[in-house]
Amino acid sequence: MALTRNADAVAPVRASGPVSIWATRHASTSIGALGRLFRQPFSSLMIVLVIAVTLALPASINLVIQNARALSGSWDNALDFSVYLKRDLAVADAEALGKLLGQRADVDSVEVITATAALAEFKQQSGFGDALEQLSENPLPHTLIVRPGAGNTSASIGLLQEEIGNLPEVEIVQIDTDWVQRFHAILDIARQAMVIGAALLGLAIVVVIGNTIRLDIENRRDEIEVTKLLGATNAFVRRPFLWSGFWYGLFGGLMALALVLLGLHLLEGPISRLAGLYQSNLAVSSLSVEEGAAIVAVGVTLGWFGSWLTAARHMRRIEPR
Amino acid sequence: MIHLENVSKRYPGGQEALSGLDLDVEKGEMVFVTGHSGAGKSTLLRLIALIERPTSGQVIVDNRNTRRVKRRKIPAYRRQIGMVFQDHKLLYDRPVSDNVALPLIIAGVRHRDAIRRVRAALDQVGLLHKEKQSPETLSAGEQQRVGIARAIVTRPKLLIADEPTGNLDPDLSLEVMRIFRRFNEVGVTLLVASHDIALIDRLGCRRIALENGHLQAAEHDAWL
Repeated sequence: MALTRNADAVAPVRASGPVSIWATRHASTSIGALGRLFRQPFSSLMIVLVIAVTLALPASINLVIQNARALSGSWDNALDFSVYLKRDLAVADAEALGKLLGQRADVDSVEVITATAALAEFKQQSGFGDALEQLSENPLPHTLIVRPGAGNTSASIGLLQEEIGNLPEVEIVQIDTDWVQRFHAILDIARQAMVIGAALLGLAIVVVIGNTIRLDIENRRDEIEVTKLLGATNAFVRRPFLWSGFWYGLFGGLMALALVLLGLHLLEGPISRLAGLYQSNLAVSSLSVEEGAAIVAVGVTLGWFGSWLTAARHMRRIEPR
Repeated sequence: MIHLENVSKRYPGGQEALSGLDLDVEKGEMVFVTGHSGAGKSTLLRLIALIERPTSGQVIVDNRNTRRVKRRKIPAYRRQIGMVFQDHKLLYDRPVSDNVALPLIIAGVRHRDAIRRVRAALDQVGLLHKEKQSPETLSAGEQQRVGIARAIVTRPKLLIADEPTGNLDPDLSLEVMRIFRRFNEVGVTLLVASHDIALIDRLGCRRIALENGHLQAAEHDAWL
C-alpha cells in the first residue's frame, strides 16, 4: 500500500471564515440534534407533551380571564355610580361640577340630573304623584351619574369614588354595582395567580428539559470524552445539547399552541349556543398572532435556557480520563 | 519535539507513576516507550496530551511548556497532536467517514475540504472502500486503522499512540506499525507506547524502557 501524497493530504488544516464556520456548524449541529429527537420518537414526544401541557395551561387560563374581562366590559353601564350632591347646592354649581368631573381622564361621561328632573321622574315612576304634590319643597338633591372610563381597574374606580366622595359639594357616593367590582377584583386575583402559576410552570419546564438533557449527556458521555480528547472545546460539545433543548422547546410551544386552539374550537359551539339563549352577541376572542408567537417563543426560550443550564454545568465536569 | 525535564507524577494516595524522568524526542523521530503495565507509559502520554499535569518538572512539546497552557487553551493544544488509543475510541453511532471527519469538524474545516481530507486519510490506511460502513462491522485491526486515520487527518506534526497494537494479533500489529513508519517517513514525529518488544526490534526504532516510573535504558541494544 503506497502512501498517497496528494496535495489535500499534505496541505495544513485551514479553517474557512469565522462567520461561515459558525453558521455552518450551528446548522449541521441543529439538524443533528433534530435527527436524534426523531430517532427516539416516543420519549421525545413525551417530553414535548409535558412542555406543551405546561405551556398550554397558563395560556388558556389567560385566555379565559381575557374573555371574562371582555364580557364584563359589556356591563360598562353597570359600573356607573350615583353622586348625590348637598341639598343646598345651586343647579348651576351642580352642572359646573358635572362638567368638571366629565373632563377627568378616568371618567367617560357625567350625566347631571337636577333635583327638579329627579322629582319629575320619581313622580312619574313611583305612582306617588299626588302625594308628592303636597310637599312644600323638593326633598331630592341634584345627582350626577358618573360613568368611569374604560381604562379603569376596580382599584382605580374605588379611588375615583373616594375622591369624588371627598369633594365639599358631595353628600354621598352610592355604588349600586358592588358585585361588578367584586367580579373585577376576582379577575385581578385570578390574573395575579395565573402569573405566579405561569412562573412556577416555567420553572418546571426548565427542570424537565434540564433533566432530559442531563440524561442525554450521561448517555453520550463516551462521545463527549472522545471529542474532548480530539480537541473539542466546551462550547463545541455543549452545542448539540443546546439545540436539543431548542427543539424540545419549539415543538412543545407549537403543540401548546395547537392545544389552546383545539380547546377554543371545542368551546366555540357551546358558547355560541349560550349566546343564542341570551340573545347576546357574545363571541370568544381567540389568540392574537402575537400571543400565539409568544407561547412558542416562551417554549423556545425555556428549552434553550434549561439545556444551557444543565449542559454548562456538566460539560466542565466530563473530562477525558 | 518532546522534552521532559525531571518530570514526576504522583497520584492521590501516594502512588508515583513517574519519578524524575528526563526524555528527549527529536523532530521526525519515531520512538517507542516500553515497560510493564504500570511502568508509567500511559502516564507519560497523558502528560503530553495534557489529560493530566505533572506533579513536578517540565513537559515541553513543540517548544511549548505545557505548564503554561491554560485550561481554556487545552482544546486548541490537543488539536495539534494526533492521538491513537488502544481501544480505538471510535464512535459506533456513525459511519467510518464521520469518525475520521470528527477532528476536522472540531477544527471548523469546510465541509467540502473535510470530505477530501477524510478520503485521503482513509486511503493512507487502506480503508477507503469502507468509509460508509459502521465501525462495528470492521475487524479489530481495521478499527485501529480507522483510529489512525482519525489521528492523522489533521496532519499533526506529532502523533502519540498508547498500546495501539495491544488488542491485535502479530500480523495486524506489524501492519499498524508499518503504517506508523510511513507517516514517520513523511516527517511526522511519533511516540508509541507498546510492550511488544519483538515487534519493535523488527522496526529498528529507538526504544525507551520505563520501569516503576524510571528510565531503564534509552539504548536500542540495552536488552540484548
